Amino acid sequence: MSTFTVGQELDPHTFTINRALLVKYANASGDQNPIHQNEEFAKSVGLPDVIAHGMLTMALAGKYVSDIAGSAAVKEFSARFTKPIVVPANTDVALTVSAKIASIEDGIAKVEITAICNEVKVLGMAKASIRLA
Amino acid sequence: MFDPDLIGRTFNGADVVTVSQSSINQFAAVVGEKNTEIAPPTFSISITLDQSQKLLQDSGLDWTRVVHGDQRFEIFRPIVAGDQLICSSTIESARVMAGNEIVTVRSDLHAGSDLVVSTWSTLVVRA
Repeated sequence: MSTFTVGQELDPHTFTINRALLVKYANASGDQNPIHQNEEFAKSVGLPDVIAHGMLTMALAGKYVSDIAGSAAVKEFSARFTKPIVVPANTDVALTVSAKIASIEDGIAKVEITAICNEVKVLGMAKASIRLA
Repeated sequence: MFDPDLIGRTFNGADVVTVSQSSINQFAAVVGEKNTEIAPPTFSISITLDQSQKLLQDSGLDWTRVVHGDQRFEIFRPIVAGDQLICSSTIESARVMAGNEIVTVRSDLHAGSDLVVSTWSTLVVRA
């Protein structure tokens, strides 16, 4: 168990998002909205292409947070879906998640999370509270 | 159009959702989580998405036009396989901004009398 300090920047991790992962997430979450799988449909509603589920991005950021202190330690987790992640066919899209320890009080660390795709922040106000062992 | 009289109303689910190990495994596999003894932090959305849509199906909310604005989880204990969860959903607020309806739905998952997770979803209904 490592110790954390306020202001500490945690090492980034890069996740790979592609169409196959969107199908897997749709099946795991039950969110079968066609904008996340069907290019023709996505374009028909004005999107540039298929986009990733915001909740998939949040689930991946959740994995990053879980890796800090274990899934069981995550008490609060919130995010705003500011920019969609466009996922073209046959393409791996990189999502890089990093975080900073904003505060530590009574054994609870507040963590500010950054999620970046193609140099654009895709989550806003992403925060988690985790119980430190 | 969303019915403003519904603000503050809570809809209690009748379904008991039993969490299977395979559903946890499937969700964990998507994010590369190897620990499947407990569900990943956002797993509860796989229950509340379906349940809240059922509970709010007569609210006038047009789910086909809904864009997810933000999401918050308050996790009181991790979900584990075998949990028997009941969902209740409350429309906490609704307002119109730039022609779009913005609706905040809170969904709580209870196991018996214990609150396991509370979630808040802000939904933007495109005009």
